[in-house]
Amino acid sequence: MSETALAPTRSSVAFRGGGFAPIRIRWVGPLVFVVLIALLEYGTRTGFISNLTMPRPSDVLATFVNLWKSGLLWQHLLPSLTRLAVGSAAGVTVGICVGVLIGLLSYVRAALVGLVAAIFPIPKIALLPLFVIWFGIDEGSKYALIALGTFTPTVVATYGAVDNVDRTLIRMGQSFGLSWFSIVKKIVLPGAMPGILSGMRISLAIGIILLVAAEMLGAEFGIGAYILEAGSLYDLERLFVGVSVLSVLGVSVSALLGLAERRLLGWRT
Amino acid sequence: MELQLDNISHRYGDVEVMRDISINIPAGKIVCLVGPSGCGKSTLLRFIGGLERPQSGQIIQVGEPPADCINPLTFVFQDFALLPWRTVEGNISLALEEHGLGGHRMDEIITGVLDRTKLTDFRNALPKQLSGGMKQRVGIARALAVNPAVMLMDEPLSALDSQTRELLMDDLITLWTRQPFTAVYVTHNLQEAVRLGHFIVVLSRRPGTIREVVEIERPLAEREFGDADLEIRQKHLWNLMREEAMASDMELVSV
Repeated sequence: MSETALAPTRSSVAFRGGGFAPIRIRWVGPLVFVVLIALLEYGTRTGFISNLTMPRPSDVLATFVNLWKSGLLWQHLLPSLTRLAVGSAAGVTVGICVGVLIGLLSYVRAALVGLVAAIFPIPKIALLPLFVIWFGIDEGSKYALIALGTFTPTVVATYGAVDNVDRTLIRMGQSFGLSWFSIVKKIVLPGAMPGILSGMRISLAIGIILLVAAEMLGAEFGIGAYILEAGSLYDLERLFVGVSVLSVLGVSVSALLGLAERRLLGWRT
Repeated sequence: MELQLDNISHRYGDVEVMRDISINIPAGKIVCLVGPSGCGKSTLLRFIGGLERPQSGQIIQVGEPPADCINPLTFVFQDFALLPWRTVEGNISLALEEHGLGGHRMDEIITGVLDRTKLTDFRNALPKQLSGGMKQRVGIARALAVNPAVMLMDEPLSALDSQTRELLMDDLITLWTRQPFTAVYVTHNLQEAVRLGHFIVVLSRRPGTIREVVEIERPLAEREFGDADLEIRQKHLWNLMREEAMASDMELVSV
């Protein structure tokens, strides 16, 4: 065999690259919802799933339509949305300001980082009785609770984002004689915006959780009150209507933030 | 306006970075600072621009900057330092906004510098859409817009590929020939130094001291790529720097 000069074997090189690069597939997300709901519907209709453990999706939908038609939906939803908007607007605004100050001023950082770390893990709902004394039994205590709950994650996200702003851009601003305030306004804030927005995703989700918790403890109207009432009557259809409204609220907030990111952060590569 | 560096010395903790550096920067000339990496040439430039303070010695401004000068000491950065969320126009206007120029005057200045740097068609582009060479043209346009008394250029062409570097060098020479400006040009590229420098200051390795100041009299516009005369100058500079570069390459970084 060594005598015959064999032609070298030829084979194509095996491909071993690719992957690790998620692409956007639009239809899979909705499909998961459709399949799950269809399974539930099928299971409850055939008796495979007992009516005691899960409500039938079509009944939940009917209950929702009734709620809509009676006008009670808006009576519950509007106060909830107002509380969420006022509370989280206050929390996020103050959070961004404090976060920027922590990011930029050494003394503020030294003073507040520990304090924020101490406040962050406290379940804010545990403070509700205190807030009722401080801010009254009405809306005030609910606003304060949501504000405090959204404040801490916003602060942490913001000062992290400010730390990550490219220092050469700040030196550039100084080298052109920009004032401290315009460096903050024109360089630091836009540079920190990606981090601030991704922090807001977390803050607003926490805001929704706290909203419901606050409403469960004392409110006549609101999604939380509605869910609490349904739960105590073991009315699973209404309970699931309430829970679904919360899910939709969460998805809408996330979609709005996604829109804001596309509008504000189009400059990112 | 001229600048004089007067016995600049500096140390970071135990590390002496530079010792007794005195340089004159005459008006209308380009002074190149070359030296091995870590010799403190970029630090020296930040001292000149007032972004850092030397421990001893001072930088003296001789004479007043011209009246229409908006920012006397103006940097061009190695990594461009453009705001990615602002367009080309926005990046240039950043340097002009706080000087009460009025929209019309600002627009005039921006149009002028975009024209001088061949960027007119890119006025509304974002930095992410531009090539490296175009980004640095924006950096140069922004510096020209404030009509600086002295341009402080910190390895402005080091982040670019060699073809683009060649093009931008030609552009810089054209800009200077049309309207001579004063500049301190930091580089580790000797070819850039002999093409652009009227004076070339060779620094030694850490602690940086002046090894030699080389003057090249031939006008910028007459210097060509691959000029025999310049090759000899470049070789001379390389001989000066060779040992320093080797020694600084072998050093352990202890900072």
